[in-house]
Amino acid sequence: MASQKHTELEKEHAVHHDHAHDHDHEHHETFVSKYVFSMDHKMISRQFLITAIIMAVVAMTMSVIFRMQLAWPGEKFAFVHALLGDKWAKDGILDPDMYLALVTIHGTIMVFFVLTGGLSGTFANLLIPYQVGARDMASGFLNMLSFWFFLVSSGIMMASCFIDDGPASAGWTIYPPLSALPEAIPGSKLGMTLWLISMTLFVISALLGGLNYIITVINLRTKGMSMTRMPLTIWAFLITAILGVLSFPVLVSCVALLIMDRSFHTSFYLSDIYIGGRPLDNMGGSPILFEHLFWFLGHPEVYIVLLPALGIASEVISTNARKPIFGYRAMIGSMLAIGFLSFIVWGHHMYMTGMSPFLGSVFVFTTLLIAIPSAVKAFNYITTLWKGNIQHTPAMMFSIGMVSSFITGGVTGIILADSTLDINVHDTYFVVAHFHIVMGLSAIFGMFAGVYHWFPKMFLRMMNKKLGLVHFWLTFLSAYGVFFPMHFIGLAGVPRRYYTNSAFPMFDNLVDINEFVTIAAIIGAISQGVFLFNFFYSIFRGEKAPQNPWNANTLEWTTPMANIHGNWPGALPEVHRWAYDYSKPGKQKDFVPQTVPLEDGEQDGGGH
Amino acid sequence: MNFLVILSIVLLVIAAHQLFRIIELSRGLKKTTEWKMTDSDNNMMGKAMMVFMILFFLFFIWQANRWNERALPPASSEHGAIIDTLWDWNMYLVIFVFYVTNFFLFFYAYKYRGNSKATAKFFPHDNRLEMAWTVIPAIVLAFVIIFGLKYWNQIMDESKDPNKVIVELYAKQFSWTARYAGKDGKLGITDYKQIAGPNQVGMDSTDATGNDDVIINSEIHIPVGREIELQMRSRDVIHSAYLPSFRAQMNCVPGMITYFKFKPTKTTAEIRKDKYVIKMMEGINKARALENKEPVIFDYLLLCNKICGKSHYNMQMNVVVETEEEYNAWMAKQKAYKAVATK
Repeated sequence: MASQKHTELEKEHAVHHDHAHDHDHEHHETFVSKYVFSMDHKMISRQFLITAIIMAVVAMTMSVIFRMQLAWPGEKFAFVHALLGDKWAKDGILDPDMYLALVTIHGTIMVFFVLTGGLSGTFANLLIPYQVGARDMASGFLNMLSFWFFLVSSGIMMASCFIDDGPASAGWTIYPPLSALPEAIPGSKLGMTLWLISMTLFVISALLGGLNYIITVINLRTKGMSMTRMPLTIWAFLITAILGVLSFPVLVSCVALLIMDRSFHTSFYLSDIYIGGRPLDNMGGSPILFEHLFWFLGHPEVYIVLLPALGIASEVISTNARKPIFGYRAMIGSMLAIGFLSFIVWGHHMYMTGMSPFLGSVFVFTTLLIAIPSAVKAFNYITTLWKGNIQHTPAMMFSIGMVSSFITGGVTGIILADSTLDINVHDTYFVVAHFHIVMGLSAIFGMFAGVYHWFPKMFLRMMNKKLGLVHFWLTFLSAYGVFFPMHFIGLAGVPRRYYTNSAFPMFDNLVDINEFVTIAAIIGAISQGVFLFNFFYSIFRGEKAPQNPWNANTLEWTTPMANIHGNWPGALPEVHRWAYDYSKPGKQKDFVPQTVPLEDGEQDGGGH
Repeated sequence: MNFLVILSIVLLVIAAHQLFRIIELSRGLKKTTEWKMTDSDNNMMGKAMMVFMILFFLFFIWQANRWNERALPPASSEHGAIIDTLWDWNMYLVIFVFYVTNFFLFFYAYKYRGNSKATAKFFPHDNRLEMAWTVIPAIVLAFVIIFGLKYWNQIMDESKDPNKVIVELYAKQFSWTARYAGKDGKLGITDYKQIAGPNQVGMDSTDATGNDDVIINSEIHIPVGREIELQMRSRDVIHSAYLPSFRAQMNCVPGMITYFKFKPTKTTAEIRKDKYVIKMMEGINKARALENKEPVIFDYLLLCNKICGKSHYNMQMNVVVETEEEYNAWMAKQKAYKAVATK
């Protein structure tokens, strides 16, 4: 019934578009409607990507500055002085308040603007309409708003770096009272207000985008595209969007209460505080409430960052191994399980906060359960490589790198999820190492894989392969060089967010490890120049892309290489099989696109 | 000077531009498709994956060899020893998983590197395999959970020892204050609105149980072999009392009292003679000598482990663990709060 109705709608839609294309010359697209206020999912995707790349460069530069401070505290750097000026880096020595501000903004930009907005915004926008066979997103207008909220939110976050008191500096988790009291830290003055406004706009962007993704996947699949024929990328974006829609509003409420506490003298999070030489009137609030609300978003957020990368890797690995993804249904099941569990594990960030230890035990249990679907995914990726015919394209290399970092960072998660073991490494560099590898590296590798793989669809040209491979190796080596040694710094008991480890003697023997990490970080940062060059150069002068450069099965490769409005000229393609018929026995070629009808007696979805 | 820098950048850009023109032109002549993976590309990258794996594994061993002796010394508390043992077993498990899965990942990436003559095996799923790697991790994790929770409950259970020493840690930007319960074994009630002058911890003047409390700003002394119950409060923002050598940590949250109990097993004098600590301190003093800093001896420390502002990185206090007699002698010299406040 539902599918009938759907088909009729689609016919109407197709007729409408055919009509539109007959009169293409009447279609007046101005520069503004095409490049600025575009409602086309492909353009919005590119807008997200380029904004995210700019934000990533900013956040990465910040990390280089504070890593230099950690490796060589008290040294004078002209480079730091040039960027931060006299106020924040007198004589080129980083100011402690600015250090905290850089750490905060680095985290905020990376988590939200690059790995949430950038990753989902780019690839969900690009791939959902393409891979489900839709003309565009369900609502092009909301999609456009989603990008513009994102851009304004990014703008406010960047602007907050240029104000007198400096940007927010209470850590990206902005725990009150530190974030609530302007007396506590200069970053909690105007900088924090701007942070809160920026994040609220960001959540609006994420919600508009997320609702659009969900509706598009559910309603606008082309004929034959049943849920169990969808590529895993689409499953990943769908689950990601559902997580976002359910958890981001909680961040808004969390932020709203903080705004109330900061500006209207309420006491949601504040109680028993004596600061600036006087007791405050606030009574009865609890910072623990903030932590619960924050991590109720914060933990699903980790999977909002990770799942798209897992989805992209599934698609890229299957295509380039020339094999069906192993255990397609198990992959969907494990993503659903991860998505569900991600809502009931937030308390593992709070074992040491004074939350009831009994509650902590519940979270130990649920958190360690997540290791099961995660293990299934890792094993399935590895089995997909087994007996493959692996094309080591840059996208494939990054996907394999992504599986490696997912494992390497994932196993230390088993340690940290165990509250007993967490006591001594909570908030140390061991945690910093863990989440940067499992979430930072995995997600950014997934993002790179996506860019290299779908660049031909986005910009109709090819990126340079050799530069791509060089970029992969420099990035992969330096990334492990940065984050692996941090485990050992953590085992020595070094707390996070210390401006220097040399204020007292306990950590003096770690100087060389810190230097090692910083040098790896600088090499890693400079290596991204290879990517930036390749990316922007290829947009304008790369080789022209052929129709289906990677011999892939999914629908986006059946669209003409022209970025036309409505994606397919004429009728929408019809889907006859799942997306993973690679190297199917008895076929001429080692791939069978989803639009090819099943032969007599041929089974779909892995049978043959 | 600046002119030269700008000039050289401009020349570099021009040179790069020319270089790419040449590459583009030659590409046009040969009509190659640079982006296509050739057999030799796949061969090289597959092998590189294997080389990387070996280097990666060696890198891990190298780090462990070189840096493990800089990890925290063995625990100086009763429950800390349990945590250390549990830590080791969990670490063996995850390092095993790390090696095995990374091995297969990179090994397959190498072994099945692409070749234009080869074909991949169509292998979409296998229920037995998938069942195996769902059930086996589930069983292993069950053990991880059971042992973790068993000790967690022991460690976090409230202190029932009648002979315990109660110490309150009161945190503020950027220092610690310790308050001992005094002769009556009870901490006086506090009220943050009464913080003023010598009353830095906000003792409630209407409560007499606080009169014998002892307030310390310099260093904390605790006796070895007795249970220490820490009660934590904060005056301004969230701090975290982190005692790495005792494997003890708990946030200090304004508006509430948090608890952590532990039993020290080695005095400061004893741990300074510990072989591991002697070696670790040699390393620290060697590093200090390079920067012309004087040598130091080992001290237990209380650190702040929750971002709390500008001097978060230096919010620490010495902890002295001593014998019962030494502790009593030290305590006898301390003045009760009443005596300090009325002076």
